[in-house]
Amino acid sequence: MKALITTKMKTQGKAGAQQILVSFSATVFALALGMLLIYAIGFDPFSASVAMVDGAFGSKNAFGETLVKMTPLIFTGMSYALASRCGLTNLGMEGQLYMGALTGTATGIYVSGLPAVLHLPLTILAGFLGGALWGLIAGALKVRFGASEIITTVMLNTIAISFIDYMVNGPMIEPPGINCQTQPVRSSAQLPNLLSGTRAHWGFVIAIAFVVLFWLFLWRSKRGYEVRVAGLNLSAARYSGIHTDKNILLVMFLAGGLAGLAGCNEILGIQIRMIPEISPGYGFDGIAVSLIGNNTPFGIVIGALLFGAFRAGGNRMQIRAKVPNAIVSVVQALVIFAVVASQMLLDKWNEYQMKKIHRQESEEA
Amino acid sequence: MDLLQTIGGYLFTDIRMAAPVLLAGLGLLLMNWSGLLNIGAEGIMLIAALAAVAGSHFFGSVWMGLLLAMLAGAVFGLLFAVLTVTLRANQTVVGAALNILGLSLSTTLNRVFFGIETTVTKVDAYKVLEIPLLSKIPVIGRAFFAQMPIVYIAFILVPVIHYFLFKTKPGLNLRSVGENPRVADTLGINVYRTQYLATIVGSMIIAAGGAFLSTGLLNFFAEDMVAGRGYIALAAVIFGKYRPTGIMVAAMIFMAGNVVSNVLQVAGVGIPYTFLTMIPYVLTIIALTIFASRAVAPASLGKPYKRG
Repeated sequence: MKALITTKMKTQGKAGAQQILVSFSATVFALALGMLLIYAIGFDPFSASVAMVDGAFGSKNAFGETLVKMTPLIFTGMSYALASRCGLTNLGMEGQLYMGALTGTATGIYVSGLPAVLHLPLTILAGFLGGALWGLIAGALKVRFGASEIITTVMLNTIAISFIDYMVNGPMIEPPGINCQTQPVRSSAQLPNLLSGTRAHWGFVIAIAFVVLFWLFLWRSKRGYEVRVAGLNLSAARYSGIHTDKNILLVMFLAGGLAGLAGCNEILGIQIRMIPEISPGYGFDGIAVSLIGNNTPFGIVIGALLFGAFRAGGNRMQIRAKVPNAIVSVVQALVIFAVVASQMLLDKWNEYQMKKIHRQESEEA
Repeated sequence: MDLLQTIGGYLFTDIRMAAPVLLAGLGLLLMNWSGLLNIGAEGIMLIAALAAVAGSHFFGSVWMGLLLAMLAGAVFGLLFAVLTVTLRANQTVVGAALNILGLSLSTTLNRVFFGIETTVTKVDAYKVLEIPLLSKIPVIGRAFFAQMPIVYIAFILVPVIHYFLFKTKPGLNLRSVGENPRVADTLGINVYRTQYLATIVGSMIIAAGGAFLSTGLLNFFAEDMVAGRGYIALAAVIFGKYRPTGIMVAAMIFMAGNVVSNVLQVAGVGIPYTFLTMIPYVLTIIALTIFASRAVAPASLGKPYKRG
């Protein structure tokens, strides 16, 4: 059984080159469909694309915006990918992101008297824990009661967002309480700027550091190996003595923490204070990021770059070409459809080739 | 007497609010019994809610809105079936993408059709259809017999779908596909066609639920107006143990959370409004937690079937 799983993992590795081809062609296909849609609803796809590319890469400032949008997407992409590697579906990134932002903001405001070198890491840790505990609820409900994490995580999203709404309008409102926002986090808890003249901040570097940790955990640790085995086949993992329940709890905790960091970094690097709408849907974007990156560290960074550029360019496109920027999410859904469809078509093609070889062999014999 | 009247009023609201979740749950049920797990009900309801408003606006009839909404639902269902049945893609991933598509496409089209001004476009909505005599029954009369047509349809579908699933040959075939597609195949049942039909018809029923949100409960479209009901319907199917009557009970219990939050809000008990809005979602989690292990899902739910 163990040997079978190892071979399954190895063949997955070999398919890497094919996977890149799949992701690339799927993206091109989805973009083409997106352009068609822009044309169909009465806009000029060419000027929309120009505005989009210009808004994402056209200047230093634009590139900085792409980095800004990329940062939370790396985290939510990793969050979905980690759960997915363990055979779980974490749709709760949005709620975990909000909870991480809340705990991070609270630590950034109410802990005082620490130098930045202590305060900033503490605040980031708090952000991680906020998301992690929120993720752990769904994990515990699944392990203890068998409640599907697909549903509980989505319900927890709505609950988290309502709770933040309450906190920002109530206990944490900035005195004297005119605007629904908290006071700014202390300067010792703010993330320094990364590229002068842009809004890009050190959260991006932290995100990349976590990508390395993500890789170390999944591919260089025993526990990570167990998680991947469990993801490939739950009953086989149980059979080989892997504690799947413990792994589910750990993975939901870590995945929640990663999404929490997305929110916390957004606060410490961009917003500085908590407001009711800090995320335009970075949580759900994580699904597409992870899928296009095939749940691999490098792939997630590329996926985040793509959708980060979409988000940055989408705003420019809305202003200049008047195309509603929600179309960016339409393209995102199309990318997901195209990736899964081409993946399956590729599998069918490989199967067909194998059959052909078999037939030739038997004919020769 | 006053108290009784109030209770009647709550029941009226509960039944009205439960109807869209019930419709979505019944649509999902057909898919689940054919072995498909579709988490995309939220997206289907959203695009249907927009299509209903568009149909009602451009053709001037709320029924044209329903037709357009069900057509949109059928298209989403077809997309789901092609990807998960024919191409055997991961059903959860495709469902999640349907939700993203439903949200973003309805938002985009809404801005294109009706502009981004703050004034919403109001459209023709369903009228209350009072059943003569029956609606005059004290206390419960109005709750049961003075509702909009779609509400009656939703509740009539409960016995109809129950009869179909458990008392007819095609229903038996559908369930056998969900339990064991290989055996069903050897018995001469066309597994793929059954799954396609279940998905498309199921999606159209879900879409009717979405249409009721924008042309029944309200008379305009608002971005992200489904607000998690598609997922609550998923929970209702599990809570209802994969039976139409169970889903009806579940939908009424979950949506009673809405009634409770309204009551508490009016009573002014000092609980912040934002906590009251959480009630249906918390209730769903609790119900799922208690009943998840007791519901027996169709044996092959969520597993792609490959012939040969």
